[in-house]
Amino acid sequence: MEKTWNNKAWFMVLPVLVLVAFSAVIPLMTVVNYSVQDTFGNNEFFWAGTDWFTDVLESDRFWDALTRNLIFSAIILAIEIPLGILIALNMPKKGLGVPFCLVFMSLPLLIPWNVVGTIWQVFGRVDIGLLGYTLAALGIPYNYVNNVFDAWITLIVMDIWHWTSLVVLLCYAGLVSIPDAYYQAASIDGASRWAVFRYIQLPKMKRVLLIAFLLRFMDSFMIYTEPFVVTGGGPGNATTFLSIDLVKTAIGQFDLGPAAALSIIYFLIILLLSWIFYTVMTNSDAEN
Amino acid sequence: MTTATQTSGRNLSWIVPTLYILFLLLPIYWLVNMSFKTNTEITGTFSLYPHEPTLRNYAVIFTDPSWYKGYINSIIYVVLNTVISVSVALPAAYAFSRYRFLGDKHLFFWLLTNRMAPPAVFALPFFQLYSAFGLIDTHIAVALAHCLFNVPLAVWILEGFMSGVPKEIDETAYIDGYSFPRFFLRIYIPLIASGIGVAAFFCFMFSWVELLIARTLTTTDAKPIAAIMTRTVSASGMDWGVLAAAGVLTIIPGAIVIYFVRNYIAKGFALGRV
Repeated sequence: MEKTWNNKAWFMVLPVLVLVAFSAVIPLMTVVNYSVQDTFGNNEFFWAGTDWFTDVLESDRFWDALTRNLIFSAIILAIEIPLGILIALNMPKKGLGVPFCLVFMSLPLLIPWNVVGTIWQVFGRVDIGLLGYTLAALGIPYNYVNNVFDAWITLIVMDIWHWTSLVVLLCYAGLVSIPDAYYQAASIDGASRWAVFRYIQLPKMKRVLLIAFLLRFMDSFMIYTEPFVVTGGGPGNATTFLSIDLVKTAIGQFDLGPAAALSIIYFLIILLLSWIFYTVMTNSDAEN
Repeated sequence: MTTATQTSGRNLSWIVPTLYILFLLLPIYWLVNMSFKTNTEITGTFSLYPHEPTLRNYAVIFTDPSWYKGYINSIIYVVLNTVISVSVALPAAYAFSRYRFLGDKHLFFWLLTNRMAPPAVFALPFFQLYSAFGLIDTHIAVALAHCLFNVPLAVWILEGFMSGVPKEIDETAYIDGYSFPRFFLRIYIPLIASGIGVAAFFCFMFSWVELLIARTLTTTDAKPIAAIMTRTVSASGMDWGVLAAAGVLTIIPGAIVIYFVRNYIAKGFALGRV
């Protein structure tokens, strides 16, 4: 759509600007402030320069949390994206099944995140949870509280349970936009199921898949509530992801300097990812 | 689609979504199941359905103010946030969808970064900011704090819907002598009513599911139900039944409206970009 140049449009954006500046810029400035200063209490601050940043970047704790978080994101993406495509391809296109599928699949997306954690915390318990009890009855040793591997599996399955539907719904939205004529043409040409997927469905899903990929990556990169409720970052630090680590430093230990420096680094990573997301979006908007 | 599926076996494709939905419902069923059991049944025996169904857990929540106030608190700040977010986002989204102006792309991008910002980064600064204004433990503090991600979300979703409305409608209205506010309220808003509904739904949802910021900014008077639940988890003498019932009650608001927004869920989660 052709847009007209009109700087008066700024007045319409002003309320949003003021509100978001209040809730984003001011807090961020506080963070920047803390990240370059040191304090011994009494509201006395000393210039610390880039000390906190070097501290954070040289600490194993930061790199461990970052690595854990990246591994977690990689695993859930590797499972959720193909699984989401598979389910979307097999969803009904018309009839009563459509609202049925849409409603039930959306359900986990709308549950408060800590309740998602609670659901899985209970579900996985060996004494009272269906999953834990069944596994124990089958003789499989499973304990997400003490065992690192079990804790990871629980968190990964929980995330798949919680978010695969997002991928499914996005892919499905892409699939239903394909006109029937495409499929008719393919069947006249005698195209195989794979060819239909590869040359008709996948190109049409490219855009939604990119969105799904980026959204899932970002949200798993800042996951906090669900693992916090289930494992609390344990056993040990085995499931301490970046956000959990940050909250531990900032609110648990009140180490403002390192926490602020960590926040800034974290935010810069997010900024880069958002920029990729934005570029992808505007480019594909231009293509359409 | 029919031709494509028929080539790969006799339409067994319903199996995949069915299995998936079963996988989704099983943990939820377990929570619902627990919420109707007594604590002795939960911890004592292992049963797939409540043998002695009881409403005691729900009764506890509905009669104890420290529990049901949590729901009221959550609803108050969530509704406040939804109203604020959607009303400031409406004109902004219109500006983004219709006009080019100085710095528009930068601004649109900057909004996105706030939607993507980790709440963990903002928890502590928010606490200090709202303390300075004496707003800690008020509903408005949480409502304003959630604007951080809900305002950008609403702007992006509404912009997506508004870009689908042809510009000729605006121009025709101006030729017919409508002033801008009259055009916006009488013609434009009814046209994008579904978009407003979806934006409001998603603001509601994301404010409802968020815990970290809401918990940091409240102590007693405005404490959300989600935070009250976690407090009970850590208390000694675990009341599993009540915990399950509280969990079930937090799922209900989403479950009620889900049918009406089912066709827009994908669009909403994708920030209006599908």
